Amino acid sequence: MLSPQEWSIVALSLKVGAAAVLATLPLAFALAWALARYRFPGRVLLDGLVHLPLVLPPVVTGWLLLLAFGPLGPIGRWLESWFGVSVMFRWTGAALAAAIMALPLMVRAIRLSIEGIDRRLEGAARTLGAGRWHAFRTVSLPLALPGVLAALVLGFARSIGEFGATITFVSNIPGETRTLPLAIYSALQVPGAEAMATRLALLSVALSLAALILSEALVRRTHGERARHGD
Amino acid sequence: MANGRAMAIEIDVEKRRGDRLVAARFAAGPGLTALFGPSGAGKTSILNMVAGLLRPDRGHIRIGDRTLFGEGVDLPPEARRIGYVFQDGRLFPHRRVRANLIYGHALADPADRWMSLDEATAFLGIGPLLDRWPRSLSGGEAQRVAIGRALLAAPEILLMDEPLSSLDAARRGDIMTVIERIRDELKLPILYVSHDRAEVDRLATAVVPIGE
Repeated sequence: MLSPQEWSIVALSLKVGAAAVLATLPLAFALAWALARYRFPGRVLLDGLVHLPLVLPPVVTGWLLLLAFGPLGPIGRWLESWFGVSVMFRWTGAALAAAIMALPLMVRAIRLSIEGIDRRLEGAARTLGAGRWHAFRTVSLPLALPGVLAALVLGFARSIGEFGATITFVSNIPGETRTLPLAIYSALQVPGAEAMATRLALLSVALSLAALILSEALVRRTHGERARHGD
Repeated sequence: MANGRAMAIEIDVEKRRGDRLVAARFAAGPGLTALFGPSGAGKTSILNMVAGLLRPDRGHIRIGDRTLFGEGVDLPPEARRIGYVFQDGRLFPHRRVRANLIYGHALADPADRWMSLDEATAFLGIGPLLDRWPRSLSGGEAQRVAIGRALLAAPEILLMDEPLSSLDAARRGDIMTVIERIRDELKLPILYVSHDRAEVDRLATAVVPIGE
């Protein structure tokens, strides 16, 4: 059904999406926790910055990434001189762009579930002998789990759909940065490749839909596990 | 099986909450000491200060020869060895009854434990509930599990915040019997918050009026 070339595009997209959400998850959780639980100077600004990729034109996000991570950018130069690595024109760069674009969605999903936790349960855990960290691990974290799972799936779906920031930042290189949306775009530029564009587009729809259904099911299962035994 | 030691509890605390001042100064001996007063008088705040969930502005809290708060000491809740039974049970919704009961037990120093899971389930008659989820329990069942969870964490005293308020009359009687047995058989000192005269008359060894 799919050609080997198309399969490699799918595999690359999945790799980029998985790397993006898994690497972003700890940061997304920390941001969600800070925004949900603490009042600190700069909180509104931080909240705004996290959400910026959601409303900024993706091409602007891509260009800003290029300025920061490019060979002359502050972070790019630092990575190059200390580790000898560069994300330019690499799949890691595509993952970075996808991660930035997925971050706001992930933070939102996790933050909602953190805000839904009854904090008095943490107090109860403390009186039972749990230190702060233990109470976090055994009470707060499991209760936030539905949000974390939803964040993973939503972030993943967003990542494999990323186009604008990716093509601006790391260009459209087969095997490195040409993920599904970029491949569809390329196919549409070539006369006679409509069949390939159609197959890849259908695949995109299927993947996105599967991710949404999975996230719903995961959330329902973690909630329902307890509900089903109810009353 | 519990600690039969006569454990003196000494409390002298003050806390400003908004424009209200919560203050209490009393000593409690063995048996059940009722903090009695109208709703909103700050009784729960006093229990929270003893538990370490709320920091007093000044004062001290001692149990026997241990200082929990004051003189530069402010033990975190987990180091206070205090069992707390909340008004609403406050069971962990993501753990079955057994895992709720074991939560504090597993964290306690084995040398401090004075009740086993089997003893607690027998004492409270909650054996059949062990594999249930908290939200499937009735109010009375949930409160028994909450009491068991607090006892199993090896506390030196027990705090109870209106533990009967969410129960119907029949369940109230049951739980009051359980509380009397904790007081008389386990000989665990209890600080008990209530605004109900009849409860206090039946259960209290000593009464401390709050907010008069």
